[in-house]
Amino acid sequence: MSSGNALQDLADRIVAQAKPGEQVEAYVSRGGETSIRIYEGEVEHFVSAQSESVGIRVIKDGRTGYAYAGTLDESVLSEVFAEARDNVQFGSVDEWAGLAEPDGVAKVPQELWNEELAHFPTAEKIAIAKELEKLTLATDSRIRIDDANYDDAYGETAFATTSGIRAHGRENGCYVSVGTLADDGDETQTGFGFSVGRTPTEFNLGRAAREAADRATRLLGATKPQSKRTTIVLDPYVTAQFLRVLSGSFSGENVQKGRSFFAERLGESVANPLVTLIDDPTNPLAYSATDIDGEGLAARRNVLIENGVLKQFLHSSYSARRGQTRSTGSAVRTGGTPGVSCLAMQLVPGTGTQEELIAQVSDGVLIQMVQGLHSGVNPISGDFSTGASGLLITNGQVGAPIREFTIASTLQRMLQDVVAIGGDVDWLPMSANGMSLVINDVTMSGA
Amino acid sequence: MSTLSELVGKETIEKVLAKGRSTGAGFSEIFIEDKRSTSAGLDDGRIEQVTTGRDRGAGIRVVHGETTGFAHTADLSEAGLLQAAEAAAVAAKQGSGGVVTVALGGIDTHQVNDVQILPNEVPKTRKVELLERANEAARSIDKAVVQVSAGYGDSVRRILVANSEGVFAADDQVRTLFRVSVVASGDGGMQTGYDSMGRTIGFELFDLYDVEELAAGAARQAVTKLKARPAPSGALPVVIKRGSGGVLFHEACGHGLEADLVGKGASVYRGKVGEMVASSLVTLIDDGTMSGEWGAIGIDDEGHHSQKNTLIENGVLTDYMWDYLRARKENHRQSGNGRRQSYMHLPMVRMTNTFVINGTSEPDDIVKATKNGVYVAKLGGGSVNTASGDFVFGMTEAYLIENGEITEPLRKGNLIGNGPQVLRDIDLLGNDFAMGNPGTCGKDGQGVPVGDGQPTLRVKSLTIGGTAA
Repeated sequence: MSSGNALQDLADRIVAQAKPGEQVEAYVSRGGETSIRIYEGEVEHFVSAQSESVGIRVIKDGRTGYAYAGTLDESVLSEVFAEARDNVQFGSVDEWAGLAEPDGVAKVPQELWNEELAHFPTAEKIAIAKELEKLTLATDSRIRIDDANYDDAYGETAFATTSGIRAHGRENGCYVSVGTLADDGDETQTGFGFSVGRTPTEFNLGRAAREAADRATRLLGATKPQSKRTTIVLDPYVTAQFLRVLSGSFSGENVQKGRSFFAERLGESVANPLVTLIDDPTNPLAYSATDIDGEGLAARRNVLIENGVLKQFLHSSYSARRGQTRSTGSAVRTGGTPGVSCLAMQLVPGTGTQEELIAQVSDGVLIQMVQGLHSGVNPISGDFSTGASGLLITNGQVGAPIREFTIASTLQRMLQDVVAIGGDVDWLPMSANGMSLVINDVTMSGA
Repeated sequence: MSTLSELVGKETIEKVLAKGRSTGAGFSEIFIEDKRSTSAGLDDGRIEQVTTGRDRGAGIRVVHGETTGFAHTADLSEAGLLQAAEAAAVAAKQGSGGVVTVALGGIDTHQVNDVQILPNEVPKTRKVELLERANEAARSIDKAVVQVSAGYGDSVRRILVANSEGVFAADDQVRTLFRVSVVASGDGGMQTGYDSMGRTIGFELFDLYDVEELAAGAARQAVTKLKARPAPSGALPVVIKRGSGGVLFHEACGHGLEADLVGKGASVYRGKVGEMVASSLVTLIDDGTMSGEWGAIGIDDEGHHSQKNTLIENGVLTDYMWDYLRARKENHRQSGNGRRQSYMHLPMVRMTNTFVINGTSEPDDIVKATKNGVYVAKLGGGSVNTASGDFVFGMTEAYLIENGEITEPLRKGNLIGNGPQVLRDIDLLGNDFAMGNPGTCGKDGQGVPVGDGQPTLRVKSLTIGGTAA
């Protein structure tokens, strides 16, 4: 049985070695990346890297064992299989343990592989990064460059299971990014800009350069604001980070294990009626678009919140079995056995540019950057506190820059306190989109 | 388990290094790694699974002028390594520099850590038992405990580094870690507790520390926080308990003292050596030789011995931390801080164990001397913008100080400050030094294990990012 694909064949071959009574899943992948960093007109580093990995999951009598290796070397494969089998005996019996099963949902065809990128000449990749550095430097005399980067990556995965899953996918993508430093006397502020594409011909270098320069120069002279309750306008990039913080609360597994503040809230209003939030990896505009999930099932569009009402939770085959429902194709692999996560979150845009939204705010702050979401937010309790920098808004106009302050509320309240969603949707190099977002009644802590 | 020098012979290494320089590069390096790890997780009352992992490969770095070429491979055969060396050499520079030869001496080692019980020689059953003990201990604290997750992890990381300047060194790094997180539920919603322990030693970790105690502590933290009130909003004096706030220095100045960031003018501490950058109470040290600590290493990932380096002495900045490239560029001595996450990554300047040494105040007196403020018993992670100096760090367990006494628990929040200002604002330093929890420091997408520590101390003003007026 040959599929004509070496990786799928390897996964099939591993699974064919399953013994009676064993459920086996093989998850094999390989990929590569090019990473070019330019500094002062020269290549600072050029990384050309290939990697491969295999993970084998064995389930027997309700117990699960897992092992992986960062190589597809035949001599190591048998060691990995033996380790996974050995590990089975230490797992607890779990009545819901099991592999995904084919569910008849067809893959949504997507163009995730770009031949032009696969054959793009190295010299041109270097030239693009050099051009980005040059364009950024030319924007403003106060700007220095921290680094200008070109990065691309490709990945190929294959799944096979004793339960009949056979799935294979490959994708590639690229982006450029630039970090800036803006100086004024002793003061230095930083900025960044980037552009993403399926191929380098889709980059908008001019916009990346301008944004990187603006972000840094706008903050020069920033002061620490007084503490008060205020309205915040999140930049699209910050909105995307905010959406990511919410991701785990939609996981059916977290709901089952008592780790989601959305538990028991299905069908209830959890957000302002303006809010419709979707997880849709089948949208090709999403950077994290994919056609299969982390168990080899077809990725699909799932509505999470519709007009403020909580519609559903996301499931892997495990959490679906446990919750007596169907997988939503939301399994993810972060090294080990499957978890559940949003794959490509999308807040449905409203209308209006950022300027138009700001014009409606009499007293507030435009949040340009946040710092420390990982350390100040508790997605289980909902406590939200993050460092920030940005610009004061007075009577609908942006004014003086401010920094070294925090904004705080709770995730539950912030969803209810959304008062406007911009139409300025931006597809960012992360697993959520972004647009300007206005949230009322947040505490700003400063001097 | 064969050693790396048995797996890849010296002659092969010499050929690879010579190949790396074959396009005229001045420097070539090979970093070989073989890492075996075991982890086990308990969640929702069940051992979810035991996982074993193996990561083995080599990274080859070639430096030509200001350009670094890097390639890595999981294929450790001579042919595989030579192919990677060629890729790195071509990446660093197109063209030909003729034939180069490299000759190495014997393997250098520098033993810092003393491992009693290799974790891979301990039956997995004993590792799983620890998880079950932690689960029971956490759940027995209070009925409000509704969820417990516990994790065990060990790794044996063997590295071998050689370069065209004759460095040829090896190290075995054994780490063992245990962590517990707890969810408690009450009228006001859910709260969480977390604690961890980890050292660069073997399974004897569990002879030194008690998993039940760790789990009970995490459970009490979650239950206590059910009654917590929102943290204050605004600037207040902050007292940080010993061994809980080393991350303060890691963010407030540690990253800013990394010579690669300084060299690019991306640090508020650039050009400040010899100057007063902190309160005279502060002496800050980075020490990779601190036996058994989470950031302890015999050699760094460029083959240089780990060292004890004084960064700030009585408030005066004495030196930065260095890696090979930055030290070579500025004709500075090595400091043993060139580290990388794995063979798939380029090394850069990283901290090891970073800590502030004892002052003279009694910790109780520090609290008593504080009329109103916040007492932080456990800090979470943090992050810093080294160019502006602004940094944040989270408080995982904190209390109000009212009239010189620790009173009510507070909900989670971030603290924000500016590094140089906060270092100057440290006005009381205790005599009760302790190292803190094991940490993973992220920089440029790479994570490495680091330790930190400090005695109880007070910062006279920090901005608390809560919601209470």
